[in-house]
Amino acid sequence: MAGLRVEIEAMADPLLQAQGLVKRFGALTASDRLSLGVEVGELHALIGPNGAGKTTAIAQLAGELNPDQGAIRFAGQDVTNLPIERRCRLGLTRSYQITSLFRGFTALENVALAVQARAGHSFRFWRPAGRDRRLIEPAEALLDRLGLGGRAGIRAADLAHGEQRQLEIAMALATGPRLLLLDEPMAGMGPEESRAMVALLSRLKGEVSILLVEHDMDAVFALADRVTVLVYGRAIATGTPAAIRADPNVRAAYLGEEGA
Amino acid sequence: MLDSAAGSRRLGRPTRAGLVTLAGLVLLALLPPAMLALDQPFYISLGTRVVIYAIAAVSLDLILGYGGLVSFGHGAFVGAGAYVVGILFVHAQDGSPVLSWPVAIAGSEAALVAWPAAVVVSALLALAIGAICLRTRGVAFIMITLAFAQMLFFLFVSLPRYGGEDGISLWWRNTLPGVDLGDDVWFYYLCLALLVGFTLLCRRLVGSRFGRVLRAAKENERRLRALGVAPYPYQLTAFVIAGAGAGLAGALLANQTGFVSPSPLHWTSSGEIMVMVILGGLGTLVGPILGAAALLVLEETLSTYTSHWGLVLGPILILVVLTAKRGLYGWLAGRDRGDG
Repeated sequence: MAGLRVEIEAMADPLLQAQGLVKRFGALTASDRLSLGVEVGELHALIGPNGAGKTTAIAQLAGELNPDQGAIRFAGQDVTNLPIERRCRLGLTRSYQITSLFRGFTALENVALAVQARAGHSFRFWRPAGRDRRLIEPAEALLDRLGLGGRAGIRAADLAHGEQRQLEIAMALATGPRLLLLDEPMAGMGPEESRAMVALLSRLKGEVSILLVEHDMDAVFALADRVTVLVYGRAIATGTPAAIRADPNVRAAYLGEEGA
Repeated sequence: MLDSAAGSRRLGRPTRAGLVTLAGLVLLALLPPAMLALDQPFYISLGTRVVIYAIAAVSLDLILGYGGLVSFGHGAFVGAGAYVVGILFVHAQDGSPVLSWPVAIAGSEAALVAWPAAVVVSALLALAIGAICLRTRGVAFIMITLAFAQMLFFLFVSLPRYGGEDGISLWWRNTLPGVDLGDDVWFYYLCLALLVGFTLLCRRLVGSRFGRVLRAAKENERRLRALGVAPYPYQLTAFVIAGAGAGLAGALLANQTGFVSPSPLHWTSSGEIMVMVILGGLGTLVGPILGAAALLVLEETLSTYTSHWGLVLGPILILVVLTAKRGLYGWLAGRDRGDG
């Protein structure tokens, strides 16, 4: 009985729940009483016009910015005041809109570092990390999965833009996340690369919960289980892609603009 | 970077970088017999200074080259190591205790006491200074490390018990069972062995998981945090290891010069060690050794021609920094080749 109740509660509780987030930069209110929930296993898209506060929202959820007000719960725990590195170790990992890699490291070293970060502390002073199979093998497997298998020895700075975006995702996955916060993973990609990324995200769906910030509406409506629309820092609607398409407020505030 | 170094070792095929290292080692090993044969024993003592400063430069490179932490106060740890040897010596001479409370510490002339004490004290000092400095970044970090070193400089200038500005004279070198440290050749080889040992230790460090985190924090600290790793404890550990290495160099320097003064604590000394690292090659471990040799030998030769040797040294430095990405080591070993 007790076990069953725990299970029911776990199902009822969203994996991530942000409640009433407020973030101000001077006169600008980037998050205005923003509430948002991501269920276990769901791909939740966060959309909104430029300047709606999507990146600020991600930064608060990930732990890089502290909200002025509000609370964030993740996996049943209050994480509002936890720094980003602690949240990552709980399984809440972000990727970056502007590619953020260790540019002097090879692709393999980038992912191996993320594997290493997950494997506990790094106060290991003696064994060469560059020959440590416990780091290399999982890292190679992830590179293969992201289609970067042949590029393992290339410095991150020398990879093509699309490859760097893929490497971003590989590193985020290597931390063993329960929830991925993906900030515009298709930014700056060509149509071919975008299609590959959509295919990858649909494969990841179900395996890991995802909160996706994305401008590409075709991708969003193809992938998302639910969509939240952000305008001036407020969530004006949350629902299935069909419901969001039909929502008159959304059409007025956002989709209408796009169409015009 | 890592893989190239590992690869060259695994295959045992001489790479250009490996040959540079080997040639340097052979030169250093053959220096005393060569100088004795040429009847130029003075150059053995110059060689000893090179080797000792190389230890300090390698230790600075650990945090500066691999960690990206521009510490402008590394002389503090060299000075601290030297003063530990000097203070223990003073008290061994007059029989008074260094400390009587809370623990009784007597003076000592034994290298096996004084040198480890120098390393431990410098490491603890680095722990205290690093714990504060590493909460800042960029220019603030440079300035605060500089400020701590200057504070120590003025502290020791104002301590008449330990000679104030004049410092402490060591009448003879520390004693070590089975080794005559008073013999310049013996002392040289002991310093060289310590340099080789410390450099090999650093090489393991920079290639380990620890070293990878340290380099990652230099490359992209924000991303490292996003991967779940807070860089502070790793940077602090590196800072302490670097401080310990500098303390060892300080202890050796006191023995080499027979003299302990506040001058290694002065910011110009910290700057000199930094110049050695940059001249030799940041983020390479052999580079700082080359840099120490180049700087001290240039100083020595130029100063026999002119007292304005800085006027010649300056342009040489600028030339190396502008044309070589990894300093002298980059020139000799090839541009993109790190040894860590």
